[in-house]
Amino acid sequence: MPSCGCNDYSRTQLLRRAAAEAGRGLPAIEPGMPMPAGTGLTRRSFVSRATGLALSVYGAASLGPKAFEEGIAAAAAQASSERVLVSIFLSGGADSLTMLAPTSAHPQYAAARPTLALPGGQGIPFAEDSSLRWHPSLAGLAELYGEGKVSVMPAIGYDDANQSHFTSRHYWEVGEVNPFGRWGWLGRYLDEHGVADNPLQGLALGWDLQPVLAARDVPVATVAEPDNYGFWTPGVWGTVQDKMLDAFGDLGDPPTSDVGLSQARSAVAATGRLRDQLAPFQGGYTTPAGVTYPAGDFATRLSALAAMLDGGLPLKVVAIESGGYDTHSNQAGSLPADLLEIGDSLRAFQRDLEARLLQDRVLVHVWSEFGRRPEENGSGTDHGAAGAGFVIGSQARGEMVGEFPGLATLDEDDNLRNSSDFRGVYCALLEQWLGVDAGPIIPNASSFARPALVA
Amino acid sequence: MKKKKHRRPARPAPVQPAPPPPQGPPSGVKLDSPIAIYSGGFGVREAERLLWRAGFGPSPGHAQVLASMGLHAAVAALTRPSGPPTLTGADPTDEDGNPIAPADFWGHDHLWFLDRMVRTDQPLVERMTLVWHDWFATSNDSVGQQQLMLDQNELFRRHALGSFDQLVHDVTQDPAMIVWLNLDQNSRWSPNENYARELMELFTLGADRGAYTEQDVRQLARALTGFEFDWSDELGMHNFRYVEASHDPDDKTVFGQTGAWTWEQGVAMCVRHPMHPSFFVQKLWSYFIPTPPTQADRQALEALYVSSGYQVRPVLEAILLHPDLHAGSRMVKPPVVLLAGLLRALQRSVDGEYWIWYSENAGQRLFYPPDVSGWDDSRWLDTSTVRGRFELVSRALSGRVLDGDAVDGYDTTETPEQGVAAARAWAGDPALTSETVALLTSFAAAALAGAGGWQLSTYRGLRQNALRHLILASPDYQTS
Repeated sequence: MPSCGCNDYSRTQLLRRAAAEAGRGLPAIEPGMPMPAGTGLTRRSFVSRATGLALSVYGAASLGPKAFEEGIAAAAAQASSERVLVSIFLSGGADSLTMLAPTSAHPQYAAARPTLALPGGQGIPFAEDSSLRWHPSLAGLAELYGEGKVSVMPAIGYDDANQSHFTSRHYWEVGEVNPFGRWGWLGRYLDEHGVADNPLQGLALGWDLQPVLAARDVPVATVAEPDNYGFWTPGVWGTVQDKMLDAFGDLGDPPTSDVGLSQARSAVAATGRLRDQLAPFQGGYTTPAGVTYPAGDFATRLSALAAMLDGGLPLKVVAIESGGYDTHSNQAGSLPADLLEIGDSLRAFQRDLEARLLQDRVLVHVWSEFGRRPEENGSGTDHGAAGAGFVIGSQARGEMVGEFPGLATLDEDDNLRNSSDFRGVYCALLEQWLGVDAGPIIPNASSFARPALVA
Repeated sequence: MKKKKHRRPARPAPVQPAPPPPQGPPSGVKLDSPIAIYSGGFGVREAERLLWRAGFGPSPGHAQVLASMGLHAAVAALTRPSGPPTLTGADPTDEDGNPIAPADFWGHDHLWFLDRMVRTDQPLVERMTLVWHDWFATSNDSVGQQQLMLDQNELFRRHALGSFDQLVHDVTQDPAMIVWLNLDQNSRWSPNENYARELMELFTLGADRGAYTEQDVRQLARALTGFEFDWSDELGMHNFRYVEASHDPDDKTVFGQTGAWTWEQGVAMCVRHPMHPSFFVQKLWSYFIPTPPTQADRQALEALYVSSGYQVRPVLEAILLHPDLHAGSRMVKPPVVLLAGLLRALQRSVDGEYWIWYSENAGQRLFYPPDVSGWDDSRWLDTSTVRGRFELVSRALSGRVLDGDAVDGYDTTETPEQGVAAARAWAGDPALTSETVALLTSFAAAALAGAGGWQLSTYRGLRQNALRHLILASPDYQTS
């Protein structure tokens, strides 16, 4: 990790802006009273796990902005060297035979897809297998691939693939072929290696908790807009408001054996802690000059993620879902646009990380619960088995995992056979990227071959 | 779908008259159940919980009325409403007081259903309509025609407490469902498996139980062929119908039985499948009680369900009478249930489109479930939706908080305990745990720490607003 002053610089800028924004519009309690720097950022504490130092910033008006910056810096000191894994779920079952379309070397393709096949001559060459080509809408991803930053899994899955969305995504989420698994594989990673009071260690960017992050013991966070995590309190302001919001988080603290109350209290407690953590981020963020994201929630979330990492927030694993891939009908109408958004957003995210010199800290894993059936159903495709997956980043090895198994021989349900297993990829991500033993996290970890994923 | 903040200045919110409490058979009625019946005291707290689980919480005074009826009559008042429902109070409007247009204006479908929950005198009928909306989760996100969604919602309401057999039959030919799960594209020439799979997996049998095979999915899809509709610029999708000529007339083998099955036979085979009753009972139970039934109770309810001819009401009554509901764990309220309950408790009407955004941020936009499996009732709460719920309370409170002289001239002698008691009374005395009361009381003390002069009254006024908010946003109030 090269060291550079720009992280510190942008963090300071971020703080200043946050203080300015948060201070706007506060009621003038006493006329003539100077606006305390950092007002509106006053929260209970900012805890640095690296040093075990709990830096109180409650009443930051008296501590001043310097102490506050130190608190963030202390947390960032550890965060700035930690590797981050981003899990991106293309929900609905993304059609791998569009993303990486077979060429005429696979004559069964055009036969199975009379209306949906990518016409011959179109597409971007795929260097590791000339019988495949990138769909033109994935030009962004193809560009990163050309730079050696994408490991492609052309047919990833598991044997006897389940064709239910909910069952198959569940297997991927819990990291085992077990309908009764309860916790996400990244949640289990956090249960093993996370901490009790940092919800940001597992962050779902979106409106819903991503089940991959569901942890048994430690808190995780869900945020749709990380720079917009304020709490509106009609008829309450000033010091009473600060204490009220602290009291709200405290309502989650008492232990209870009641199932429903326990859920509610844990969530309220995590909300209170997250409010502390995101306080410095409430003023918004900027994206480096020259980096342009496409429109849409997915891109916005990636851009916020890059800024949060740059701001030193203590993230470890992040999950984002992007839906719309269940293309039973009108596949030609919707899929290319969705792929374009994904490919362009992932390229912009990589460029953003590179501009911030964060590119060696982040690895992105893209997956879907299954691929789709080779034979089209009229205007769409039904649920299939093996699909495509990607590992993206400057530290990605950029080497294909498994081969494309072809369409001449399909599985018993006429679906694509797999040439790599998602559990082996999980083990490799845990061991090669996060540097931990996969054994306690992935059931039967020793039985899966690990592809080389990291440079 | 974009979510936005919507914080226009609050107008004074008019007080909506409370609907009459649910009324069913006269008190003294005894309901039957093949499983245990709760035998502890049935007081205001128990009635409050029953109203939250089987409705949208109490309007002022309702818990007292139900408590006085006794358990059996209270349950019967919910499960056996007589005649059509009555809606009490002001019709829903947008912010400017205009009537809503549920079929035409974006989001007014949500307001329409929410308003039914708030104003009805038959809360369980609306609650079961919500259950079916979740069970047969259909999203306007791909249907794209609100009138079809509203028609489906009325279908759920008609069948709220009736025959599940008939419900599945009617849902299968419901236009919104036909569009949603591509039944119109499931023709004899190119079968589309979408509906066949979800009919078995999510609506009647359940996945991973060995109830059906991939072959059954494909064969049942063939039995379900033949639905079509027309489209025009003027009418959109219309003329939904079954066309014999598009139906696959050949033999299909479903669950090991071979015949030239029609769509109606295919649907009936799912409901008559030996593994359907256990699926039905567990799923219905899970909407009302957070812990699963014992195997003996489940089997007794399965027998009741089958012997009743697949009726919902008898099973539901047994669930609502069961000790696990009245004396067991608390349960997280779905976001729209919380919202409808807040509006009932605070006697507010549905008076603006802002409720669409607030509901969505709390995790539940009606007519837009996340996918065909519905909302995940085990994961309503996370750091995003808890904030959404907090702000939902903010909005419900705006226009109802103390301000001006009521704050600046607040009683300077009020103790922390008195402040908490006043806020509890204002909120309708909802059930709070002793831990929460203790934390509220410490906050009430801390809020005045170091205060002097003008702050002694003003801070007490702010504290009262804060306490009301904290009670309604508390973990206790998010559960029942």
